[in-house]
Amino acid sequence: MIAVIGKKVGMTQVFSEDGSLVPVTVVQIEENVVVGQRTKEKNGYDAIILGADKIKQKRVIKPVAGQYPEGIEPCRYLREFRDYGKECAVGDKLGVELFDGVGFVDVIGVSKGKGSQGVMKRYGFGGGRATHGSKFHRGMGSTGQCAWPSRVFPGKKMPGHMGNVKRTVQNLEIVRVDQENKMLLLRGSVPGAINNMVIVSTAKRK
Amino acid sequence: MELLKKAEASSIRENVEEFNIGDSVKVHYKIIEGKTERVQVFEGTCIAMKNTGVRKTFTVRKISYNVGVERTFPFHSPKIAMIEVVRQGKVRRAKLFYLRDKIGKGAKVKEKRPVKTAKN
Repeated sequence: MIAVIGKKVGMTQVFSEDGSLVPVTVVQIEENVVVGQRTKEKNGYDAIILGADKIKQKRVIKPVAGQYPEGIEPCRYLREFRDYGKECAVGDKLGVELFDGVGFVDVIGVSKGKGSQGVMKRYGFGGGRATHGSKFHRGMGSTGQCAWPSRVFPGKKMPGHMGNVKRTVQNLEIVRVDQENKMLLLRGSVPGAINNMVIVSTAKRK
Repeated sequence: MELLKKAEASSIRENVEEFNIGDSVKVHYKIIEGKTERVQVFEGTCIAMKNTGVRKTFTVRKISYNVGVERTFPFHSPKIAMIEVVRQGKVRRAKLFYLRDKIGKGAKVKEKRPVKTAKN
């Protein structure tokens, strides 16, 4: 697996070679730095730690700044990736060029928060009639049976907080790898708001 | 936003033909049939333009066998081989949807002619 940390820039459309319009999400991938490594002997598993989006040294408290190896600037985002598909050492820089020749990717992001929502929006319940004397419009209806089981089963779909959770979108096609502008064009949508951090990795199921 | 524009840049046609609302235009549109490619011409009045950037579109209306036909083209589509301006129109609005309700002579757009000055 190959993965990097990127930023969602927004959506637009481009023309493909045959002249059809393709909806794309632009993901900016600034240079990622290998900040640390985990090894089987020492930690029990193999992984690398990637950092992205450099921040000023003085904005980091000392206990955090001390974790970075010498010569590496502190980063806003740090993520550990297990069993990385590329050999790298601490201090290596990774970017969009990793995705040259890759067909499909998975994208992980935090979806937009929708606040407290009812069951129609949250779970797609049908709701009731709007007119003809109906008094049941957007409610959730029955929550279960009567004497048995005398309770509501755990996991019953009910109104509540929606969105603002980690989501993965699988198998997004790479339309273009733009090395000059350090960005990827992916066909389709990506979870989260503009400027959100996303993790782009090679597709698991392709 | 800057990056979005850069992403779109490759899809935007360069040296585009300039035309305005109300102009009679001939749109040469490439049609791919299997392996062969041919060019079809759609001639009519440009009655609307929408959006900007890659998403820009324009609508051309013509009367074909007494039936009004409208077709909306993406302005920057690579399938557009050429846009020819046949005649410039003199109009006072940006959307000519009123033409849909007119028949015959009323559905015409006046031609824009060079302004005559006193000396001429």
